[in-house]
Amino acid sequence: MDVSPAIQEDQKGWTEVIAPTSSPFDLHLADVWRYRDLLMLLVRRDFIATYKQTILGPTWFFLQPILTAITYWVIFGQIANLSTENLPALLFYLPGITLWNYFSECLNKTASVLKDNAAIFGKVYFPRLIMPLSIVVSNLVKLGIQMFLFLVIWAFYLFAGFKGGAIHPNLTICLIPFLIIVIGGLGLGFGMVISSLTTKYRDLIFLLSFGVQLLMYATPVIQPLSAVKGKWRLLFLANPMTSIIETFRYAFLGTGSFSINGLLYSTVFMVVVLFLGILIFNKVEKSFMDTV
Amino acid sequence: MSAVIKVEDIGKLYRLGEVGTGTLSHDLNRWWARMRGKEDPFAKIGESNDRTQKGTSEYVWALKDVNFDIEEGEVLGIIGRNGAGKSTLLKILSKVTRPSEGRIKVRGRIASLLEVGTGFHPELSGRDNIYLNGAILGMTKAQIKSKFDEIVEFSGVNRYIDTPVKRYSSGMYVRLAFAVAAFLECEILIVDEVLAVGDIEFQKKCLGKMKDVSQNTGRTVIFVSHELNAISSICRKGILMHNGRVAANDTIDKVIGQYLSQNTNFDTYWENTDDKYDNPYFKPSKFYLVKENKQVSSTSFGVNERIGVVLEGTVTKVDPALTLGFAVFTTDQKLLFWSNHTDGKQENWIEIKEGQVRLIGWIPRNVLNEGNYKVELMTSVHYKEWITEPGKNAPVISLDVAGGLDTSPYWQIPRPGIFAPLLTYEKW
Repeated sequence: MDVSPAIQEDQKGWTEVIAPTSSPFDLHLADVWRYRDLLMLLVRRDFIATYKQTILGPTWFFLQPILTAITYWVIFGQIANLSTENLPALLFYLPGITLWNYFSECLNKTASVLKDNAAIFGKVYFPRLIMPLSIVVSNLVKLGIQMFLFLVIWAFYLFAGFKGGAIHPNLTICLIPFLIIVIGGLGLGFGMVISSLTTKYRDLIFLLSFGVQLLMYATPVIQPLSAVKGKWRLLFLANPMTSIIETFRYAFLGTGSFSINGLLYSTVFMVVVLFLGILIFNKVEKSFMDTV
Repeated sequence: MSAVIKVEDIGKLYRLGEVGTGTLSHDLNRWWARMRGKEDPFAKIGESNDRTQKGTSEYVWALKDVNFDIEEGEVLGIIGRNGAGKSTLLKILSKVTRPSEGRIKVRGRIASLLEVGTGFHPELSGRDNIYLNGAILGMTKAQIKSKFDEIVEFSGVNRYIDTPVKRYSSGMYVRLAFAVAAFLECEILIVDEVLAVGDIEFQKKCLGKMKDVSQNTGRTVIFVSHELNAISSICRKGILMHNGRVAANDTIDKVIGQYLSQNTNFDTYWENTDDKYDNPYFKPSKFYLVKENKQVSSTSFGVNERIGVVLEGTVTKVDPALTLGFAVFTTDQKLLFWSNHTDGKQENWIEIKEGQVRLIGWIPRNVLNEGNYKVELMTSVHYKEWITEPGKNAPVISLDVAGGLDTSPYWQIPRPGIFAPLLTYEKW
């Protein structure tokens, strides 16, 4: 942990030293790996617990995005008349909703991870990083199921076609796993930064849900980037989620835009936020039991 | 034998009162001090941890200058009053929270049981919860799998293993939870007050398992409990914590002895130093407790010990209605009983003559359960006037009853209730 030579000398034969402070770069990654079974069991718990005692069970995984898409279609498509780039509404909204949900759930759940699990953290030690990681993986499972729904609808339109156009999938599809990793990293990174701050300053929790909602409107979820003009476009471009959702639509539907620079920006953004998040989380995790 | 845990100068500073207000300014102050390379400005004003004293500082040392070693295979008991720092120490050892100063060196893997059933999810089945809880405690899935049958067997809930635990009775719940913990694989095990769960039969099973773990597997165990009987039967060495410091570090019997003798909250000896209770009949002078051998005692009594309540005074005017006795209260002022020297047949009463008088009233063994009591002197001229009236103006001494439960193997830990009578049963 501490690295001064005198202490290293002292450490001989000891497997562990508990001290007031330790290096912020000591991430206990070996420990995290040793507890990988716990991660998978937590994912399983989340999955079972969420839909226990609901009549429709995991069907809700499908219903949520479809109901949201219908709402958006009515409000933004019909009433506000925002463009769907001549695509059927369901096909246009679903990718944005699914990906955004993945991001926002990773973010929201991670942001309150220390508070939510204070009871467990106060009683047992395990690498704290396991908890946020399990959130990301849990949501990944959910994302996978919703992706499947999207693929079914997508395949239907692909082969049956629709009035006034067609969809043009292309090789960019190969980038999808990468896109999903970037989203997960962004949600995790942002979430960990916020979670660490909320242990002391709880006001942030209230700001967060509002902020995430607001951020969605600065993401091409309800309208394509091409429809955003003027100074607002800059805001959209600064949002790391923008290029990801645009790329995703481009890959499957052939509409929207594909920009290597945009993707690169999102990736660098993700790496920085994730790194920062892990560092802060790692620091706060050691003492938060006294302040939470 | 070599030390597997070395605790060096451990201290833990806590902030009292409402955490969350003014922390930003404190944080900034701290940060500024650190930038200048100075000490934490709030740590200096921290005081020792004594919950009865209202301190002047917002910060308090829950632990200070704690030093001890634990040898391999040793079974160490940690005792102390509430708030003495036991749990804080365990939390630091379990890596749940960090010390504010000092360091602890560890050889081997520590598993801690500060609570049974941590992370149990009510919606999951018993089976799923065994895996989840085991993994939280640090076992791998394979390890749990290999012990699964033993765990279920030990818990005795085989029939409900695939039922969600929210449908379990609270007893079944803790049985299952303890069973997982009992089969932990680790070199050092930390256990905090978790034995007080389940019914008597299961408590005994847990105690047996604890003994087995500590004696037969050669594991190092640290055990915190208020149940002195359990502690003394499991541990060989002990540490007594007092106000955040180590007050004693010795064999378990010596440490328990010291704990019991320090465990006196009020005076156990009253003397009429202010010349109070002026009246024509009787003037009390002393009021105290003695052990069976009539030695004055300021320590606690075992449940199985007779308690002698001694009243001394001077009779200045003989009155046939003069009654001397005492009343026993719980610490929350609930009256348990009155007793007078004039109880029973009149010809058996002790004759009270003018001059010095000294009486002992014996509270039989196995009447009062473990706990703290107040004994008040009760004297009056019957139906005429009070001299010392219990609950109003009477002298008070405190009576502690602790330990002495070992009459039955099924009565190893305290029972609920004020009384602990030993009744006889017969076939009928």
